[in-house]
Amino acid sequence: MTTKDSASTGAGPSLDVSDSEAARQAEGQAYFDRIIGLDSRIEPRDWMPAAYRRTLLRQISQHAHSEIIGMQPEANWISRAPSLKRKAILMAKVQDEAGHGLYLYSAAETLGQSRDRMMADLIGGRARYSSIFNYPALTWADMGAIGWLVDGAAICNQVPLCRASYGPYGRAMVRICKEESFHQRQGFEILLELSRGTPQQKQMAQDAVNRWYAPALMMFGPPDDDSPNSRQSMAWNIKRFSNDELRSRFVGMIVEQVEVLHLTLPDDSIRFNQDTGRWEHGPLDWNEFKEVLAGRGPCNAQRLERRREAHESGAWVREAATAYAAKQVAQHKGNAA
Amino acid sequence: MKAPASTSGRGTGATGLAGGDSNASATRITPGNALRPEDIAQEVRAGLAKPTEDVAEYALYLADDALILAQRLGHWISRAPELEEDVALGNIALDQLGHARSFLSYAGGAWNQSEDDLAYFRREPAFRSVHLVEQPNGDFAVTIARQFLLSYYQFELYRRLTASTDATLAAIAGKAVKEVDYHRDHSAQWVLRLAGGTDESSRRMIHGLRLMWPYVDELFQDDDLTIRLAEAGIAVAPSSLRPDFDRLTGDVLLQARLEAPDVPAAPGGGRHGRHSEHLGYILAEMQVLAREFPGASW
Amino acid sequence: MSAHGNPEEAATEPQDEPADSGAWGLWEVFVRSSRGLSHVHAGSLHAPDAAMALRNARDLYTRRNEGVSLWVVPAEAIAASDPDAKGAFFESPQGKDYRHATYYTRSEGVKHL
Repeated sequence: MTTKDSASTGAGPSLDVSDSEAARQAEGQAYFDRIIGLDSRIEPRDWMPAAYRRTLLRQISQHAHSEIIGMQPEANWISRAPSLKRKAILMAKVQDEAGHGLYLYSAAETLGQSRDRMMADLIGGRARYSSIFNYPALTWADMGAIGWLVDGAAICNQVPLCRASYGPYGRAMVRICKEESFHQRQGFEILLELSRGTPQQKQMAQDAVNRWYAPALMMFGPPDDDSPNSRQSMAWNIKRFSNDELRSRFVGMIVEQVEVLHLTLPDDSIRFNQDTGRWEHGPLDWNEFKEVLAGRGPCNAQRLERRREAHESGAWVREAATAYAAKQVAQHKGNAA
Repeated sequence: MKAPASTSGRGTGATGLAGGDSNASATRITPGNALRPEDIAQEVRAGLAKPTEDVAEYALYLADDALILAQRLGHWISRAPELEEDVALGNIALDQLGHARSFLSYAGGAWNQSEDDLAYFRREPAFRSVHLVEQPNGDFAVTIARQFLLSYYQFELYRRLTASTDATLAAIAGKAVKEVDYHRDHSAQWVLRLAGGTDESSRRMIHGLRLMWPYVDELFQDDDLTIRLAEAGIAVAPSSLRPDFDRLTGDVLLQARLEAPDVPAAPGGGRHGRHSEHLGYILAEMQVLAREFPGASW
Repeated sequence: MSAHGNPEEAATEPQDEPADSGAWGLWEVFVRSSRGLSHVHAGSLHAPDAAMALRNARDLYTRRNEGVSLWVVPAEAIAASDPDAKGAFFESPQGKDYRHATYYTRSEGVKHL
């Protein structure tokens, strides 16, 4: 452990240990501030403020959990995808989400938390994930709406995160953004196909857009004046834009795209505010958001149970592979001796 | 304190050689240029590839095994023992689905039907899958047992089929054999680990093999169609694959200190539309949405 | 001060005990994107042993043709320079302009030099 060692070896007999610890902290903080000031990157073994580490760990692990839980509403439709091409696309997409969760858990692991522990927190109900995945995917059109709106909102959020001040997080986001470029497009195309199909298909598409619109806007998080952590995250160059800035930008994008789809957004209040230069939308039900986040959404229990079941039914497999590896090592040593 | 000077041109100019490795990247992505199901469909539409009734029927054998297996494997995505395995099983499912789509697209050329017509609008007796692929996933060991048996069979089949006198079958097999080779490796690695891991995993692996083994014989049964096509150099007689299958699976079992289960073989019949009880449910789920909207485009 | 440890792992906060006795170890993955180029760090994964780590790396980090060759290394096998010793380790080369061709301005314009 670097910190303790340097604190004990660096402190001369006449120096108070707490003084040298304070000095070391101050030196670390100064270095950290300089890196952040230069808009450079913090790397895992750098000194960093405990609060910075905590914030990152919380954000990255929540992001990872969201990818993993987010697999479920779509995996639910793999077996029923209405064409083989769509089945292949959906499988590849849900598979990507496993990969993305994995990249993010790896980034979080560099902060000193094991994936195992994060998984235990998730299935133990102690961790949060994006509340949108607690809504049900009821029809095939939901695959389109999730891709277009949910992934669209996620991409809006994630592109600036490629420049997050924490190196491993930014690098994970670069890879994820590259891979996700197809996710939103495939969703858009599902909706486009439905919208051009039979009246019943078009109705299915409109219904899905109606249901996913508001939850997608809420993915950007609470309004700026109700988002206590945002300011600090922006000061640390983790976040680059505020929740409302990103939300407004997203509304501006989908308001154009929905016309290509010949569908409508369930919001009469969308307008561009010339004065602020921002897109405005109708009121969102933040009460519902908080309820879902607090575990009282339509699918919270189901999602966690499914993850718990997969993790626990896999325990004997993980143990078997670990035991086999240990036996191989032991045998190898035995042969060498 | 200077910002990292990675963009400085210092030291790279003199020879012109040093810059080469600056292209090194771990995220450079490309689609590659392998044979895709869409290429087969395109050839069929253009009239460049048109199977005879016999060849189309044989292509359904191959397609339906791959399709039903993909349908089964797809269920693991989001439920695997570890995230890495979600991705691995997803890759295998996608490979199999790709093979199924290619074979179906080709078969459809005989009856002017698309891959989706064949996948979604045939009734159960018209399916040609073997019972092995229809078996439920069970636990991870059961799935691995099924993968192990099927991938070793498919590898021997596709390896020979690359020499088929039917150019399309040979081309699809040429793409598939490399992918199935990896499926063999994946399953063999897991057979070794589960058999040699813990008491529980060993017990489950043995149980998985016992559950799947009755359906091995069906893989190697010749019928009039395969005999006819094998004589013409188009197909491979299933019975001819057995010795290599036995030898290679035997090698893995030996290494895993397992024995081939001594269990009676089930009669099979999938090639002629006599299926396991499971297929009805698989098709009901797979086809439900497409059948709700006949003629719709997705 | 330990010289060993995953360069991508912070050593400053206590690790919780693993919750799962069968949890797999951490591996670092390096991908060669095409022949003639170096292997580049792509990311990490979990695997029980090297054989599975390679396969997991193939499935995870080359799904889109990212590579023609893979290395996997147990994260704990990587020795990393100490971030606290940045000055001592990396200051020295700075200011030694004479190691670089651009320092030699008088020969500028002379062909093939």
